[in-house]
Amino acid sequence: MSENAVLEVENLSVRFAVAGQQITSVSDFSLSIAPGECVGIVGESGAGKSQAFLAVMGLLAANGRAHGSARFEAAELIDAPGAALDRIRGARIGMIFQNPMTSLTPHLKVGDQVAELLVRHAGLSLRAARRRALEMLTKVQLPDAERRARQYPHELSGGMRQRVMIAIALACDPPLVIADEPTTALDVTIQAQILALLAELKRERRMSLVLITHDLGVVAGLAERVAVMCAGRIVECADVTTILRAPTHPYTQSLLRVAPHSAGTDI
Amino acid sequence: MLEEHGRAAGGFWRQAWQRLRRNRLALFAGGLIVVVILAALMGPHLSAVRYDSLDWEAIAAPPKLGGAHWLGTDRLGRDLFVRTLYGLRISLVIGLLASAVSLIIGVLWGTIAGYSGGRTDELMMRAVDVLYSLPYLFIVIILMTLFARGSLIVLFVAIGAVGWLTIARIVRGQTLALKRTEFVDAARAIGVGPGAMLWRHIVPNLAGTIIAYATLAIPQMILFESFLSFLGLGVQEPLPSLGNLINDGAREMQSAAWMLLVPAGSLVLLLVCFSIVGDALRDALDPRERPS
Repeated sequence: MSENAVLEVENLSVRFAVAGQQITSVSDFSLSIAPGECVGIVGESGAGKSQAFLAVMGLLAANGRAHGSARFEAAELIDAPGAALDRIRGARIGMIFQNPMTSLTPHLKVGDQVAELLVRHAGLSLRAARRRALEMLTKVQLPDAERRARQYPHELSGGMRQRVMIAIALACDPPLVIADEPTTALDVTIQAQILALLAELKRERRMSLVLITHDLGVVAGLAERVAVMCAGRIVECADVTTILRAPTHPYTQSLLRVAPHSAGTDI
Repeated sequence: MLEEHGRAAGGFWRQAWQRLRRNRLALFAGGLIVVVILAALMGPHLSAVRYDSLDWEAIAAPPKLGGAHWLGTDRLGRDLFVRTLYGLRISLVIGLLASAVSLIIGVLWGTIAGYSGGRTDELMMRAVDVLYSLPYLFIVIILMTLFARGSLIVLFVAIGAVGWLTIARIVRGQTLALKRTEFVDAARAIGVGPGAMLWRHIVPNLAGTIIAYATLAIPQMILFESFLSFLGLGVQEPLPSLGNLINDGAREMQSAAWMLLVPAGSLVLLLVCFSIVGDALRDALDPRERPS
């Protein structure tokens, strides 16, 4: 599996310096992601799910340090210089954030925020980038895309903004997309639509998807393999049916028990 | 309702203009500033009387409508209206240029320090602290004695060099706050480098702060210039500025109040207008302010 993995994380640990103390957020995190595979990362708040992948992307807060290795397309991402990361981020790895209300720059038209990425990475002219951006926004089923592209984030609803975020993450057709709680901030009906959109785009583009969530329902619908995290470690990693039907680790079992609805019915 | 919303959503500047237009007081104040600027630019040329020509027939003449000097003359018989217009021109030029220089330096310094963080930030902000702790009047006096007294260029450099410290601090603070927002993280996650981040994602977000400060800074600079001129360090006779006109007027306050009231009234009017417009601009330019 590791031969042709898109992303290969080995022994990753993340530590934060807080008031002179070292707080370990992630330890001994190893995971490889195959092309076209969707891996769910599950765990409670503070389990280190997000921090592990922020470390991979080189986006840790200033007081955080990552150790270990994360290889993406033969490039080492941990401790890579900023300029090298800037060429990969957005172009080869897309990222979708949890809160679409605050993740878009407020004073830029949403169409231009998609276009910015295409100008930067694909070397398109602003005019061509805007045209491509509009195609992308149509692709993510933003209603009335042509008009919406010329609006500012505050004029769009949460669901529409998350569609814009997805358009930004996928604009350069990256082989890997990391979605950090992509539906947590949305209401339930919109959640289902966004997940269906992600599933469709993933199938169509054959991209790998890392789905970070605390919602087992989300994982059940989309992921092929699941890694369960607890206190900064992966405690169990198996394919989704095994995890949901026959979890071996006691933490996974308790996680399933506290899920508001029986995960089994969702499969 | 949706349609309504859509129509209101024109360009950013058009929306800002629409919001600004609703503020009648600000429009009035803005119009007054334009009139004062035009008068200050053209007035001295249109008038037959020069700012330094003396009228021996009317020394310290009080204001008289329909007379030769409708706002009166000073104790040397110079027309107060022409001198005030000319003084306004000098004060405005110094105010605008000095604010522009201090804004450019301050915004660059503040955003770079704030966004870089760490040691760069420390070094840059300590430099600001050191400059802050020097008494600026002292710096200005040294500059004035080193270079030609009353040279407008020196005056303007001196004022601008002192003025950027505050805006640098304000901008740095805002940049620190913006740096932690999710949209900056999201922009980093799509590979936006530091230069583009500052220019496209951070500085435009500071527009409200910068404009609000600028409209405060312009009157501040004018006031500072007036203060220096009042002390005799700024613009030198026979060139008038609002400051030395007020200084002259203050000496004759008991016998000829108009010599003080005319330039002082102009200064107050100008400063109040700038403050009103600044306040309105800040509200209008905030993109999060929805068109209601």
